[in-house]
Amino acid sequence: MSDMHATPSAALAENQTQFWMTKDHHPENGTLLGFWIYLMSDCLIFASLFAVYGVLGRSYAGGPSGADLFELPLVALNTTMLLLSSITYGFAVLEMQKNRRGTMMAWLIITGLFGLAFLGIEMYEFAHLIHEGAGPQRSAFLSSFFTLVGTHGLHVTFGIVWLVTLLVQVGKHGLTGANKRRIMCLSMFWHFLDVVWIGVFTFVYLMGVLP
Amino acid sequence: MNTPDLAKLIFGRLTLEAIPYHEPILLATFAGVAIGGIALLAVITKYKLWGYLWKEWFTSIDHKKIGIMYMVFGIVMLLRGFADALMMRAQQAIAFNGNPGFLPPHHYDQIFTAHGVIMIFFVAMPLVTGLMNYVVPLQIGARDVAFPFLNNFSFWMTVAGGLLVMASLFVGEFARTGWLAYPPLSGLAQSPDVGVDYYIWSLQVAGVGTTLSGINLIATIVKMRAPGMTMMKMPVFTWTSLCTNVLIVAAFPVLTAVLVLLALDRYAGTNFFTNDFGGNAMMYVNLIWIWGHPEVYILVLPVFGVFSEVVSTFSQKRLFGYASMVYATVVITVLSYLVWLHHFFTMGSGASVNSFFGITTMIISIPTGAKIFNWLFTMYRGRINFDVPMLWTVGFMVTFVIGGMTGVMLAVPPADFLLHNSLFLIAHFHNVIIGGVIFGLFAGINYWFPKAFGFRLDAFWGKCSFWFWLVGFYVAFMPLYVLGFMGVTRRMNHFEDPSLQIWFQIAALGAVLIALGIGSFLVQIYVSIKNRDKLRDVTGDPWHGRTLEWATSSPPPEYNFAFTPVIHEADAWWDMKERNAGRRTEGYLPIHMPKNTAAGFVIAAFAFVFGFAMIWHMFLIAGLSFLGILVSAITHTFNYKRDYYIDAGVVERTETARTEELAAHV
Amino acid sequence: MKMLRGLLIPALALLLSGCDAVLFSPSGDVARQQRDLIFISVVLMLIIIVPVIFLILHFAWKYRAGSKAAEAEYDPDWNHSTVLELIVWSAPLIIIIALGAITWTSTHKLDPYRPLDQIGPSRPVAAGTKPLVVEVVALDWKWLFLYPEQGIATVNEMAAPVDRPIEFHITASNVMNAFFVPSLAGMIYAMPGMETKLNAVMNKTGDFEGISANYSGAGFSDMRFRFHSLSQGDFDAWVAKAKASGDALQRDDYLKLEQPSEREPVHYYGSVAGDLYNRILNRCVEANRMCTSDMMALDQAGGQGIVGTYNVTSLDAKTRSRLGLNDDGRRYVGALCAARGTTGEAMTPAGRPL
Repeated sequence: MSDMHATPSAALAENQTQFWMTKDHHPENGTLLGFWIYLMSDCLIFASLFAVYGVLGRSYAGGPSGADLFELPLVALNTTMLLLSSITYGFAVLEMQKNRRGTMMAWLIITGLFGLAFLGIEMYEFAHLIHEGAGPQRSAFLSSFFTLVGTHGLHVTFGIVWLVTLLVQVGKHGLTGANKRRIMCLSMFWHFLDVVWIGVFTFVYLMGVLP
Repeated sequence: MNTPDLAKLIFGRLTLEAIPYHEPILLATFAGVAIGGIALLAVITKYKLWGYLWKEWFTSIDHKKIGIMYMVFGIVMLLRGFADALMMRAQQAIAFNGNPGFLPPHHYDQIFTAHGVIMIFFVAMPLVTGLMNYVVPLQIGARDVAFPFLNNFSFWMTVAGGLLVMASLFVGEFARTGWLAYPPLSGLAQSPDVGVDYYIWSLQVAGVGTTLSGINLIATIVKMRAPGMTMMKMPVFTWTSLCTNVLIVAAFPVLTAVLVLLALDRYAGTNFFTNDFGGNAMMYVNLIWIWGHPEVYILVLPVFGVFSEVVSTFSQKRLFGYASMVYATVVITVLSYLVWLHHFFTMGSGASVNSFFGITTMIISIPTGAKIFNWLFTMYRGRINFDVPMLWTVGFMVTFVIGGMTGVMLAVPPADFLLHNSLFLIAHFHNVIIGGVIFGLFAGINYWFPKAFGFRLDAFWGKCSFWFWLVGFYVAFMPLYVLGFMGVTRRMNHFEDPSLQIWFQIAALGAVLIALGIGSFLVQIYVSIKNRDKLRDVTGDPWHGRTLEWATSSPPPEYNFAFTPVIHEADAWWDMKERNAGRRTEGYLPIHMPKNTAAGFVIAAFAFVFGFAMIWHMFLIAGLSFLGILVSAITHTFNYKRDYYIDAGVVERTETARTEELAAHV
Repeated sequence: MKMLRGLLIPALALLLSGCDAVLFSPSGDVARQQRDLIFISVVLMLIIIVPVIFLILHFAWKYRAGSKAAEAEYDPDWNHSTVLELIVWSAPLIIIIALGAITWTSTHKLDPYRPLDQIGPSRPVAAGTKPLVVEVVALDWKWLFLYPEQGIATVNEMAAPVDRPIEFHITASNVMNAFFVPSLAGMIYAMPGMETKLNAVMNKTGDFEGISANYSGAGFSDMRFRFHSLSQGDFDAWVAKAKASGDALQRDDYLKLEQPSEREPVHYYGSVAGDLYNRILNRCVEANRMCTSDMMALDQAGGQGIVGTYNVTSLDAKTRSRLGLNDDGRRYVGALCAARGTTGEAMTPAGRPL
């Protein structure tokens, strides 16, 4: 209200209500909200793919089933890689909050390496399946399996591209406000992929090998 | 590597054969488009407008300019989509008694597919998005949207998608599957040519734009409202926009996913929707309608908002039942996800499933009915000025209740067994889309045009446009209702029963009347620009408006408001006028604004090339252009000069000029 | 507004002249009940729609700026009335409750899968009546009708005795269609690899039109057939005429018939391979192809294991050339006996119990 008294405008003075801001209006930054909404929309893409897998997941077309194909130890290793990468990303964010650029970047690099390991194992698994003749063309089950897991893998790939970009950004411009926000966005993205993977691991792999 | 291999690597399956130079209709169209295009380019070059267009429009991140560009794009695409409609009506009016008409199935089937796709994705969507883009930030007292760059990018992605559809006219062909491309018909086995690929990639490219624009507007409405504007003080148009964008964000990913799966079936040989290897085409139908039904509300909710603004402004009265209007909108938003199966009762789901979805569909008519009543009681005890926007609104209310009634008829599953896929259905959804969405868009255009350009649209031609559209609509679609009762199904290329012909001829006449309506609208714009000085509005508030967009000048300065308004009542501007708030004319501050950027245009251009290359299996170029998308997006993140300050002196000069102008006209 | 009314009235007159439309004068009991539902729902909704349209036009006229009412009654702040709000929400609600109840019961009663219990108003189906089974296949772009009881098949023409319940079993070869005889009953989709059912009855003799009501590609517009509703005697004669046809519809003949064609003339087959419809439905008309029913049973048991990956085959060149078919590159899962290992030796499937 003190702002109002500072304005000598006659119309405003006789009127005890303020209608125009006298100071600069700074709406809250919407980036994190916007990114979160984006993640929810992405989540719906995964939801659709999960639903498709739910419908087609037992349509082996006389071909192999998950029990025949999945190698759980390998997938467990893969899951470990991704979970560890999420933890290391968490460390990176902690370092960021302490404004320690070097250690933060180190943790980010470790995160990226875990991500690459995850992708490597996944690509090995895919190559192996295709080599065995169990490619995405063989049955609706395999189509939906490759698509669901592959879409997740593509997301991780873009996550890594983004992570490298951010490393360069932070290296060049330091831990600016904008870069911190970006690191938080990627953090949400990365953990989101982790959560999706938990779903993949449970519904596709673990339930897939059940008789 | 020998030459054929190299050619295949670069051009994929694109050969000269793909150019339909042996089709006279297409050739004439192409000549027309080419001559028109060259003339347009020549004019732009002659008047040295390239730099102006590029700097002030194409790279602009101003929500107002982007909104206007959306509208222009939508209107241009309307002409294409309507040309398709005219051809269909003409074909069906003459293809009797063994006369094959002038469009063989190969051609005709593309036209009805393109008509649906263009009208929904590249006419209704851009026009609705354009209105929201232009109006919402002004209505909430903001200076721009939450993510101005994304806004520009979204627009260009929509354009890129539209250009892909247009390209299919002259290079290759479009899908011959109907606008939702049901497999197995749209699968590789039945549609091996490029048509469905054009369909997939144009929608995917445009879909990215739509989703991002949805995210953008939600964040804008949630985060950027002026102080004091609580949710229940938001203008109704902003409310309906919010719900629409929630629907966009929650529905378009499903479309993206289902089109990815269809693309994989066609490109990678997967078996999601094929007949063999365990594929399931019914899943496609379910998924696409899980997107498709909310899409209907994505189109119609914003225009409900437009009508709410128009009816209270022109009745000079507060909107009746604001709260119930908001609740009705939210209820419709939620329910729109629970009705998708009513699009295929005839697929043989059990009786309980069918009746569940039938009843949920009917329940939607309750909040919709409440809205109609609220508009009705807004007129009650008002002083109604029948300017053009209000004419459209009354025309809408009468037409829409008829469409609503036929919709509920279709929601009764056993009745739907008779009427499904018939021309009755066609008449029904044109009844709600023309009578609802299109009427609302014209109401909105006539209502907000003076805000965007500082002068009103000519009322005479506006009325001509309205009456031609209204009468044309009834003449064109009432016969289709009748034909539906005669058991005539949709998408027929020719007919055997000669007694049907008279109805198709009446419908064709209606289409001609609608064409006159569109023509009158174009004349209206031309005449208004010519007479702009006579139609000039300097007050910024030509209709005695109620919401904040009328508080600033017309057209608004790039910063919208020199001072952010503080809101106390739902109809904020009305309240300010009632309480003599006046303008604040001192103490200007520098204003922080985002800066124009070419990144959105560049990325979207790469996306266009990528889509085109994927359609023609030019995988090398597709790879390169995808890399282009990635690199230009990353490069954009290294651009740190994204904003600037408008000097307080500049703001002061602009505002003082307005003060003087206002004083001169009081 | 006057102009609007002036246009609506002739439009209404035109609409009334369309009253002889086939959906309004059906010849089958199911279509009749469905038509009645259209009437009931329209009447129910008109209870609310007519006053609304009247009020819209009335208020628009009465409160136009400058009118007496607008000057006298103008109240710019009037925006709420609890009573009105209650009416506004409850009036449509009551209509929808009524319509919802009708929807629930009628959808169950007229479920196309449900065997008929009446052949007309107060004409229950006599105990022990066996419906006439007709198996319908939507091909590109023609209709194939198989009569298992009579052992005949026809293309683009079907017949049924009047007043006898008919049980349609419907499927398709390639793409989605909809089986629709407007005078008889509502439509139902015909989908490849799936079966839909329709129970209906025709109450009048005559020659009716049947169409595909779901766009299915280039030849769709000519995908029509005649539905002859005949007296029992005429029907028997019709069957005899079909039987007299020397043509047989064996599996090979079907593979040829299945190829896309337009404006196919009416054709009769005097005999039909016994399991043909089932093989069409299960997509295993080809000799070396696994039926989807077997495939689903196998899948239920967990598939065929890794060896199953190689069990993909196509119509062999010899059969193709015998039938004059082009190689369309289409591949499918091989019949069980055709399972082969990597080196081509015959194998038993993965040894899982079926």
